[in-house]
Amino acid sequence: MKNQQIICLILLTLIIIHQTYADENLIQTTCNNTPNYQLCINTLRASPGSATVDMAGLGLIMVAAVKAMSEQALSAVNSLRKSGQPKLSQPLQRCTDFYNGVLKADVPMAEEALRKGDPKFGEDGMVDAAFEAELCEGAFKGVVAPPPSLSGFNKDVRDLAGVARAIIRNLL
Amino acid sequence: MAYFLNWLIICVISVLEMQTTLQVNPNQPYRTAYHFQPPKNWMNDPNGPMIYNGIYHLFYQYNPEGAGWGNIVWAHSTSKDLVNWEPHPIAIHRTNESDINGCWSGSATILPQGKPVILYTGINSQNQQVQNLAIPKNLSDPHLIEWIKSPYNPLMAPTDENKIDASSFRDPTTAWLGHDGRWRVIIGNKMGHDGRAVLYTSRDFIHWSQAEHPLFSNKDSGMWECPDFFPVSTRSADGVDTSGVGEGLKHVLKASLNDADSYVIGTYNIEKDVFVPEKGSLGLDSELKYDHGKFYASKTFFDSSTKRRILWGWINESTDAATYQLKGWSGLQAIPRKIWLDKTGNQLVQWPVEEIEKLRTSKVISRLTELKGGSVHEISNVTASQADVEISFEISTFENVEELDPSWTSPQAICGQKGGPTKGGLGPFGLLVLASKDIQEYTAVYFRVYNNETKYVVLMCSDQTRSSLHLDYDKPIYGAFVDLDPMKEKLSLRTLIDRSILESFGGEGKACITARVYPSVAIDKGAHMYVFNNGSSNIKVSELVAWSMKTAQIN
Repeated sequence: MKNQQIICLILLTLIIIHQTYADENLIQTTCNNTPNYQLCINTLRASPGSATVDMAGLGLIMVAAVKAMSEQALSAVNSLRKSGQPKLSQPLQRCTDFYNGVLKADVPMAEEALRKGDPKFGEDGMVDAAFEAELCEGAFKGVVAPPPSLSGFNKDVRDLAGVARAIIRNLL
Repeated sequence: MAYFLNWLIICVISVLEMQTTLQVNPNQPYRTAYHFQPPKNWMNDPNGPMIYNGIYHLFYQYNPEGAGWGNIVWAHSTSKDLVNWEPHPIAIHRTNESDINGCWSGSATILPQGKPVILYTGINSQNQQVQNLAIPKNLSDPHLIEWIKSPYNPLMAPTDENKIDASSFRDPTTAWLGHDGRWRVIIGNKMGHDGRAVLYTSRDFIHWSQAEHPLFSNKDSGMWECPDFFPVSTRSADGVDTSGVGEGLKHVLKASLNDADSYVIGTYNIEKDVFVPEKGSLGLDSELKYDHGKFYASKTFFDSSTKRRILWGWINESTDAATYQLKGWSGLQAIPRKIWLDKTGNQLVQWPVEEIEKLRTSKVISRLTELKGGSVHEISNVTASQADVEISFEISTFENVEELDPSWTSPQAICGQKGGPTKGGLGPFGLLVLASKDIQEYTAVYFRVYNNETKYVVLMCSDQTRSSLHLDYDKPIYGAFVDLDPMKEKLSLRTLIDRSILESFGGEGKACITARVYPSVAIDKGAHMYVFNNGSSNIKVSELVAWSMKTAQIN
C-alpha cells in the first residue's frame, strides 16, 4: 500500500513538474517568435496567471500591458499639458486623441477579439496601438523635440504592442 | 398668383436638384455619396444578402455603441434597386444563451417554398462559437423586419466529441440541396493551422449531422473565415442557384484568409460530397483573389429575379483608430458586383451591378485619341470626388517595351519598385484620381506592359502613396496582372470614385482593385481628375468617358 502511495506521489509530482515546464515552454517558444524576447518574457512572467494560460491568455496579458503603458503615457501627456508650454499645446492635444484611440478602440477591440476568438481584430488593434504611439511621437516634428518622458512611453507602447501582435498572430 | 408660381418653380427645381447636389457635410469629407454605410458607428461583414418578393435585403455586422468593432449585432436595410436603401431596426440582437456575446456573420437560404431562413454564428455565454437559426416572424411583411430565433438553438456547436475548436467555428454559408435531398452547409474552421470547411447535412434544417470529412481543407493556411460555395456556369455570365447541378457548371469555393478573399474553381462531386480543386488555392500565397486591394469578408447570393450572382464585400478604414473614433464611423460596403466565370474558365470576373449606372449624370466624352509619352490631360466638367470613369487604351507600338525580370513574380512588388508611376517604357499610363490641381496630391491607377520572353504581360497598379499630403495612414501600393493580350485586345479601365474609396476594374472586370484614401486637398471642388502617360511610347486612347455620380439614398 505504502509503495503504491509513494509511486502515486512521485508520478503526481512528475506530472506537475512536466506541466510547469510545458507551460514555461509555451512562454519561451512564444516569446522566441516575437520582436523582443526579453520584453516578452519579463512581461509574461510578471503576470501571476501566465504559467497556466493558453496562447489567447498570453495575448490578453500582453494587451493588458499595452493598456497599462498607454494609461501611463496619457497621464504623462496630461501632466505636460498642465505645465502649459504653448508650443507643446497642439502636439499634446493630438497625443491625447491618439492615446484615446488606443484605450477606447484598440484595447477593448483586442480584448474582445481574444476572448471570443476573432484574433485578426486583436492583431489590427495592436498594429494600430503601435501606430498611434508613432503618430504621437511624430506630432512634435518640426515644432519642438518631444519631451523625453513621453518619448519613452511612446517607445514602450510600440514595443509592447509589437510583441502582442506577434503573439496574436499565432492564433490566426 | 405670380408670386406663388415663382415659389412653386423654385420648389420644383430644388426638389429636382436634390439627387444631383453634393450633399456634403463639411465636417465629414470622407463619408461616401453612393456606397452603403450606416449613418454612424462600426460596420464590418455583409450578412445574409438575399432577394425576397422582389426586395433586396442586406444585413451587416454592426456595433450600435461605437465606431470600433464590438457588441456586434445584425443591422438591416432593404432596397428595390441595390442602389438606394431603406434602413430598418436591428434584425438580430444579442438575447439568448446562444448569442448573448455576439451575433456574428452568417447567410440566408431560400427554402424551396420561397421562405428565407438565416443561419448565423452566435457567441454564447462561455464565449464559444455556435451556429443558430433565425426565421422571419411575419412572411407577409415585405421588409421582413422581425426575426425569431429557433428554440432548438444552437443547431451546431463544438463539443468534446467532435473536438471542434470553439474559437474557430463560424460563418455558415447559404445551404444547398444534395443528391439525397438533404441540405448541406459549410462552416469556416481550422484544425491547428490548417484551414477547413466543415460540412454539415440536414433534412429539416433543424437537426444537423457533421459529415465525416470537411468539404475541403488546406495545410497551414490559417483560419478560413466567411467561406462561400456556389456553382458557376461555364456557358454564360448568368448566375446559378446555389443548389444548381448538372452539365455546364463548375463550383467555386471561397474563403477569407490572410487579409484577402481567395477562391478555388473546381468540380463538386455531388455523390461523394467532395470538392475537387482545379484552379487556385486557399493558401497564404493564393493567386486567385476577388480583389487585389482592400476587400474582405465578402459573400455572394443568387438574384433569382435577374439571374445574376451578386457579390458584396466589406471595405474597412485605412486610418488609425483615433481618426475613425473622431469621425464617428468605420467601414463601407463595396458597390455590389455581378460575378461570373470568365470564358477561359481560368478565373472569375466581376463588374459593378448595372443599376449603379442610374446615378450617372453630366456625361463627358473626351476627344483625346492619343496620349503622348510624358503627357497629362485634365478630364474637366466632372465632379472628380464623386465620379465614374471608363477609359480604353490601345498599344500601337511595342518598341519601347521593358523586359520583365522572371524573378519578379509579385505584381504588388513590381508596382512598388521604381517609386511609383514614374517614367517607363510602355506605361505607366492611366488615371490620376482625387488629385489636387497642382498634382501634388493624387491616387494613381494605371497599366504597365512588359515583355516576358514568351508574351506581353499587362500589370495594373493602384498607388495610394501620394493620396494625402497632410494625413498619415496606411498608403499601400496594390497590383494585379490582367489576363489580356495587348497585341489583340484593348486595355480597359473603369474606376468608381466616391470621396474616400475607389474601385478600379481592369480588362472589363478581370482584375479588380479597391482602395481607401483620405485626401487633404483633393476634396469636393478641390478634387481633379487627369489621364496621364509617363512612358516613352505614345498610347492610343480609343474611348474616354466620365460621369458625375449623383448621391444615393442610403439612410
